[in-house]
Amino acid sequence: MKRFFHQLGSPKHFYRIAGRWIPWLGLACVLFLLAGLYQGLVVAPTDYQQGDSYRIMFVHVPAAWMSLFIYVVMAAAGAIGLIWHMKLAEVVAIASAPIGASFTFLALVTGSIWGKPMWGAWWVWDARLTSELILLFLYLGVIALHNAVEDKRTAARATSILAIVGVVNIPIIHYSVEWWNTLHQGPTVTKFDAPSIDMRMLIPLLLMAVAFKLFYATVLLMRARVEVLERERNTRWVRELVSQS
Amino acid sequence: MRATRKKRLYLVLLMVVGIGVAVGFALNAFNQNLMFFYSPSEVAAGKAPAAHAFRLGGLVTEGSVQRQANGLTVRFDVTDNAKTVTVEYTGILPDLFREGQGIVAHGQLRSDGVFVADEVLAKHDENYMPPEVAKALEEAHEEGKASMPPGKTTP
Amino acid sequence: MNLNEFLHMGGYAAYVWSSYGLAAVVLAANVLAPMRQRRRLLRRLAQRERRARRNP
Repeated sequence: MKRFFHQLGSPKHFYRIAGRWIPWLGLACVLFLLAGLYQGLVVAPTDYQQGDSYRIMFVHVPAAWMSLFIYVVMAAAGAIGLIWHMKLAEVVAIASAPIGASFTFLALVTGSIWGKPMWGAWWVWDARLTSELILLFLYLGVIALHNAVEDKRTAARATSILAIVGVVNIPIIHYSVEWWNTLHQGPTVTKFDAPSIDMRMLIPLLLMAVAFKLFYATVLLMRARVEVLERERNTRWVRELVSQS
Repeated sequence: MRATRKKRLYLVLLMVVGIGVAVGFALNAFNQNLMFFYSPSEVAAGKAPAAHAFRLGGLVTEGSVQRQANGLTVRFDVTDNAKTVTVEYTGILPDLFREGQGIVAHGQLRSDGVFVADEVLAKHDENYMPPEVAKALEEAHEEGKASMPPGKTTP
Repeated sequence: MNLNEFLHMGGYAAYVWSSYGLAAVVLAANVLAPMRQRRRLLRRLAQRERRARRNP
């Protein structure tokens, strides 16, 4: 086990191992996605209040969960990179940013599309929506900062600090619907008393959540591989790999 | 080497705690600005601005919705189960608008105490279920009303 | 359930399908971007390798 992690820390082995995992993770993701879509669009019953419009939830909610989850992973990886100077952690942090930004964007836009027919407005400046929009700007800031700094190591350090600073926004997003009154409704699945969602609606929600997690894992490895190649372009193993192809 | 790592770890932790505390203070200071709407109780207590527009949030009182003669203007009561404010609104209501539903209205208080709204948004709850289940729940609630604990009624 | 009813989504077709469509586009873009970047990078590195071999 220890040897496995040691190998994963070496860019050459990471590149090889990640290459082997990507197809399997991708396949698992597609299977969960198909199951989730079938359960969510066909099996799940119509909602008593919102009719069929609530089916937007099966993309909106997992995307919003991912936007928070990926940010925490990015900040944690950034912190590990800062403290232990682990190159692979820096790679994971920077490879996470564009994926997190896309899920945040997806959560915001699908939320807007859901809000129009149900609330009667595309957008309102309540605490939940505003803090989620700030999250998008944090992701974009991380990406922009990384692109602005020429040296990869310096860039990684600067973006890690920005990512760690932004972590305070995560509990604010999560608790915004409880700390302040908002137009956005409170949590359904993570509240402590009995879950207030029908089982046939909860199953596709969880299936989609797993599918999105697998999607993140797959794309993270794909992005991390490219980043590793770029960073190691002057090493012997990359030059050999290039001449062979 | 170990000592420098430890130092960096503490620096990162210090940064997170420091920013957390600073943001916490800032949010606390701007608490009222972060509230999306005022409740009828706050309006009754005079906390809502009288001179300019604000948002009012609460539940539409059962049986209070009245369409005016012109067919477009609606009058209804908004309550938080303590105080009630009457709202007058001309325009299209969202699909979810109905009695017992949570709403957020934007507008201004008139001198007679009626809240004249220029926008009404529906606030839905966090419960999702098929209509059959909702109906069954309601019937069970009607039957056991005396013995049931009061449910969460604020939106 | 028939197909028409399914596509109609109880009158919310435009909202539901545009959400799912957007999700499909965002996910696809996320898969294609690193594939394109990898191809480009490998091509660039291969060019550099060839140049290095020609004038060592």
